[in-house]
Amino acid sequence: MKTLFDKIWEKHIVDTLPDGTTQLYIDRLYCHEVTSPQAFAGLKERGLKPFRPERVTCIPDHNIPTLNQDRPIEDPVSKKQVDTLEQHAKDFGLTYYGLLHPRNGIIHVAGPENGLTQPGMTLVCGDSHTSTHGALGAIAFGIGTSEVEMTLATQCLMQRKPKTMRITIDGNRKPGVTAKDMALYIIRKMTTGGATGYFVEYAGEAIRHTTMEDRLTICNLSIEMGARGGMIAPDRVTVDYLKGREFTPRGEAWERAVACWETLHSDHDAVFDKEVVFHAGDIEPMITYGTNPGMGLGIREQIPTLESIDETGRTSFRKALDYMGFQPGDTMAGKKIDYVFLGSCTNGRIEDFRAFASLVEGRKKAPHVTAWLVPGSWMVEKQIRAEGIDRILTEAGFRLRQPGCSACLAMNDDKVPPGKYAVSTSNRNFEGRQGPGSRTILAGPLVAAAAAVTGVITDPRDLLNE
Amino acid sequence: MKEKFTLLTSACVPLPLENVDTDQIIPARFLKATTKEGFGDNLFRDWRYDKEDTPNPDFVLNQDTYKGRILVAGKNFGSGSSREHAAWAIAGYGFRAVVSSFFADIFKNNSMNNGLLPVVVSPGFLAELFASLEKKPATTLTIDLPNQTITNNETHRTESFEINPYKKNCLVNGLDDIDYLLANKSKIEAYEKAQL
Repeated sequence: MKTLFDKIWEKHIVDTLPDGTTQLYIDRLYCHEVTSPQAFAGLKERGLKPFRPERVTCIPDHNIPTLNQDRPIEDPVSKKQVDTLEQHAKDFGLTYYGLLHPRNGIIHVAGPENGLTQPGMTLVCGDSHTSTHGALGAIAFGIGTSEVEMTLATQCLMQRKPKTMRITIDGNRKPGVTAKDMALYIIRKMTTGGATGYFVEYAGEAIRHTTMEDRLTICNLSIEMGARGGMIAPDRVTVDYLKGREFTPRGEAWERAVACWETLHSDHDAVFDKEVVFHAGDIEPMITYGTNPGMGLGIREQIPTLESIDETGRTSFRKALDYMGFQPGDTMAGKKIDYVFLGSCTNGRIEDFRAFASLVEGRKKAPHVTAWLVPGSWMVEKQIRAEGIDRILTEAGFRLRQPGCSACLAMNDDKVPPGKYAVSTSNRNFEGRQGPGSRTILAGPLVAAAAAVTGVITDPRDLLNE
Repeated sequence: MKEKFTLLTSACVPLPLENVDTDQIIPARFLKATTKEGFGDNLFRDWRYDKEDTPNPDFVLNQDTYKGRILVAGKNFGSGSSREHAAWAIAGYGFRAVVSSFFADIFKNNSMNNGLLPVVVSPGFLAELFASLEKKPATTLTIDLPNQTITNNETHRTESFEINPYKKNCLVNGLDDIDYLLANKSKIEAYEKAQL
């Protein structure tokens, strides 16, 4: 009567304190340049070395430019952070995939596609979107820099076991509805803090019918409702996705691994601390109107009225709408937008580019729209070219950039100017997230594509049906 | 050794907003440092300063009315990014505790790993505290970590708060997890031998 989460957690317990705190073994640590320098410095100050260097992979992704990666990074502070990561990796003998390396990309895209993330693992990174990796049936969660240092020093973390929640999505999703729409729908229903304290397992018919890229998108957004992580039981989709990837086992070891992964599912009588059920048929293409990912709507719906908001939340609601320049009761469809961003650890994978291209093919980018199309990794970029998607995009007036986190958090030059509206396939619409004063409207790749060619918020189904 | 946390009586700085995310606490463009120092200067940067870097007179940190070592915020404080820089910025500014009715998980851990105490109070306690602070800005709070109590010294309302015993021990004694884990290394090696 164990949950999938329980099975993996229990297998990684090194020790349990009398108060229930678990000393948890961590199979893999990913490091990027922003949240690791102080951890490496701390390690050096203590005179320590990484305890298990072979379990650490370092990839710069947050700060890097998305043009001219062959040239030195222009911003000296960004350059220093990237150089610092490379130096620490060198000093400690850690795997490092730097700029232009064929395995470089956003960690949450590159990790799974290189087979570094595998079912049954425990996996951490100094990044909240580490929840992404749960799509392969792993326990993966974001940590702070102190915890990065702990993992480097001992390959362990002191953790309280989170509560478990199962979110079941029955039925099948409608045409024109993407995995991102499913996730934004769930977050809207759960609210931005509604899953705090829980580790979520996604289940149900609509989840079983997803691709691995869909699953990575759904698990990626678990943190946006406060969940510690999200996960999906490995199945045929998982095994097919991993087969032949660089760091997966080979030959007999592969057969053994697959046999083990097949045991990784919640038992029939497993008891979760909380169960939630949604129906895929209720989900429409989604869009956000506010300044947290829980402030979402079906694309044809109206922004709530002030009266419909809980009294304690009205100040924050009003502040959000003031920031966005919207009024309660407004319809989102038809609003003019300025920027479109396709990319990030949420929607920077091959399927997102396929979806975007399917809609813009034979159409033209709206002249006033600035579009940033940023593949999640060099492997995605290569696949885009192999499938001829780049040609479709170029003909429609778009240009492909180089991989990185880019405009998701605007640590590089890809910043949305103050007051401008960006339809973004990323994960956060917080104030200033895409640049000071920027106004972010979160959406999936189809809604982003529809906005890019029409210049206004548009239901993609109107174009798909033309 | 980190600074120990036992008993704290201080005035408070109120921030009565919900869902304050770590991008507001410290925007991403200020995350480029490679040390832990100096983040306090950019705490709540885009609320605290306008585009020309002029202090915004409406923001609480720019007002003389409220000074103190305890930040009081609306529910779901610290959501979003895992950046520990948020905890460094709050602690670096001079706060030693944050009081809210609800915290995001990663922020809570990051705070405790930096000697910054997140205190979860009931929604009723929080509402009353905001009211006290509005009526009397000099209202103080007393946080007693060993006894796990928090008192609004204006209304004399006391409440007990939860904290896991392991983390409480770390905070009260100024210890961190690495000290503990390193002392436990033989268990890690035994685990690896048995499991891997």
